[in-house]
Amino acid sequence: MTVPALQVEGLNRSFGALHVTRDVNLSLERGARRALIGPNGAGKTTLINLITGVLKPSSGSVRLNGEDITATSQAERARRGLARTFQINQLFRGLTVLENICMAIGERDGHNNNLWRSAGAKREVIDEALDHLESLRLVDDSLKLIRNLPYGRQRLVEIAIALAQRPRVLLLDEPAAGVPSSESHLILDVVAGLDPDIAVLIIEHDMDVVFRFAKEITVLVQGAVFTQGTPEEIMKNEDVRAVYLGQEGHAAGGRGGGHD
Amino acid sequence: MSDIKPRDPAILDARERGADYLVRRHYFRWTEALPWLIAIACFFLFPNRMTFGNQVLIMVMFALSLDLILGYAGVVTLGHAAFFGVGAYTVALASLRLGWSEPISGLIAGGLLAGIVGAAVGWFIVRYRGLTLLMLTIAFAAMLQESGNLRSDLTGGYDGLPGLMFDPLLGYFQYDLYGHTNYWYVLVVLAVVFYFVRRIVYSPFGQVLTGIRENVRRMHAIGSPVHRRLVTVYAISAAIAGVAGALFTQTNAYVTLTVFDFDNSAKVMVMLILGGTGRLYGPFLGAAVYMILEDYFSKLSPTFWQLGIGLLLVLAVLFARRGLLGLAEDARGWFAAKERDKERRSSAPRRLVWKREHWTALGSSALDGAIIGFIAGFAINMKQIELMTAFVTGMPARALTFTLIGAGIGAGINAIYLLITSRTSVEEQAS
Repeated sequence: MTVPALQVEGLNRSFGALHVTRDVNLSLERGARRALIGPNGAGKTTLINLITGVLKPSSGSVRLNGEDITATSQAERARRGLARTFQINQLFRGLTVLENICMAIGERDGHNNNLWRSAGAKREVIDEALDHLESLRLVDDSLKLIRNLPYGRQRLVEIAIALAQRPRVLLLDEPAAGVPSSESHLILDVVAGLDPDIAVLIIEHDMDVVFRFAKEITVLVQGAVFTQGTPEEIMKNEDVRAVYLGQEGHAAGGRGGGHD
Repeated sequence: MSDIKPRDPAILDARERGADYLVRRHYFRWTEALPWLIAIACFFLFPNRMTFGNQVLIMVMFALSLDLILGYAGVVTLGHAAFFGVGAYTVALASLRLGWSEPISGLIAGGLLAGIVGAAVGWFIVRYRGLTLLMLTIAFAAMLQESGNLRSDLTGGYDGLPGLMFDPLLGYFQYDLYGHTNYWYVLVVLAVVFYFVRRIVYSPFGQVLTGIRENVRRMHAIGSPVHRRLVTVYAISAAIAGVAGALFTQTNAYVTLTVFDFDNSAKVMVMLILGGTGRLYGPFLGAAVYMILEDYFSKLSPTFWQLGIGLLLVLAVLFARRGLLGLAEDARGWFAAKERDKERRSSAPRRLVWKREHWTALGSSALDGAIIGFIAGFAINMKQIELMTAFVTGMPARALTFTLIGAGIGAGINAIYLLITSRTSVEEQAS
């Protein structure tokens, strides 16, 4: 019996009278590929914020590799191997792509405490950053400032930073959001090719992606887990169709259905 | 694994370029010698203005300390005079009350004490941002000033502690009336401090500061202990401000509680922003330009010199948002773009489209110019004549002339500006 990489138990969070997260239980095994879906306002991003420590839960616990991290800071969780990407890019816009990646590596390995040696003195940091960029086909952009980069490429940097943290659990908050469909396959290829050891939780609205990528799906409705299961089970579940796929119209359901 | 696979030479080349940039980023460039050469040249060119030169160098150091937290870490503070004051009073009180008059150890003590105070204060306040932080920093400086005032028996209050004596530098160099010894003393200390700051800025820690400025949410997400980092840089910055304050007391042999003034905090911030934040050399340019103009204006009109400074700031805000160094960068970028433009001019024919808003812009800039010209005319009258009589006698004719000239210049500048921007906008549409 192995310890789950990430285990969320009885998580609750209210903003005043608004109960946005209700008794959520969720578990990611090592190497898991789980999608978190649900209609708008279901509390998906809030759940990510609770897991990563941006928000403190009203009650419940979060465990990372068996250790209780409920009380630890966001930064501490990141250092223990919990990485995330943001739905809206959160990058160092005035720095180069390469510097963005080096920042994450330096923080992971503790180089960033150094205030005397030059940032370029650690060749292994730069080489590792370039490796990450190379695997995402971003090497040519390594010296461009983020703010001069097309949005789709910025989304890739978003993922590259998270990967540079060498996470054991990775939370992807709509990685292809805002990217034109002509470019989104680049991002989805990266997501599909992630290291099989990393446990991944992905929030995604595109059902094509969800059914292609996920081995398990959790459906969140009004802050509570509505149901969980394999893609086939979710697809056959009439209730899910009613609350979620129904809302998106028959197109979404039809497209999902066309894949089996 | 990566060495086994045969690699695309283009990728290897791109990797090399990327690594090269980071490795070489902190190398000294020859232009960096310029401010130091100018400082040394000033000693020989203006030997009788060295006391003033000293004040400039001290303000450069003070602005440099602010650049670390404001320019790099993006923490806005309006109370940095607090730490300048701590340093200034450390050496004053040590000399007067403890008889500890050795300058260099006093300098170090002033820096250390200011750094400790900075760490303590920073621990409380850097968790806030924006207006809250601004108010807290102002309040802290005011508190220090007021507690100094309450113990005016010790601090001398607003009358100050005059006639402080310090031992000869290194036990050998005597001070002179012209401030020559002091000038070299301050310049060497500034060089040492600058070396430290430069190393910090180019270190991984310096990158972290930029990261906090650029996106603090991401810093948390990649596991950075943001609060600890900010307290560290706040303490370092406070220590440097303390060293500047200590030098201020030592070179003036005099200190009053006005070193804690809000004016002092605001002035150093203005200097930094005028020169350009987050650029290492912004403090040099900003402090020098500000102080030289202040000196010039106050000779021109002892009563109204602040008007000149005010105009300067208005111009800076209108035309050089990112400071003088930012302006220089823009100019370089503009010329580079023009070069590129030359090469492909044939493909995209340029034409000028006048729109209605261009005319209104022209009109409003003429109005701005008129107001500035009016004030300038008024100020120049001030030079010779008393305020009230100036209004009555000298004003109409001269002010009218200046108003017209000002309007002309304002409209002219804007017309040129519009010519440039409207052309580029047409081209952007085309491409």
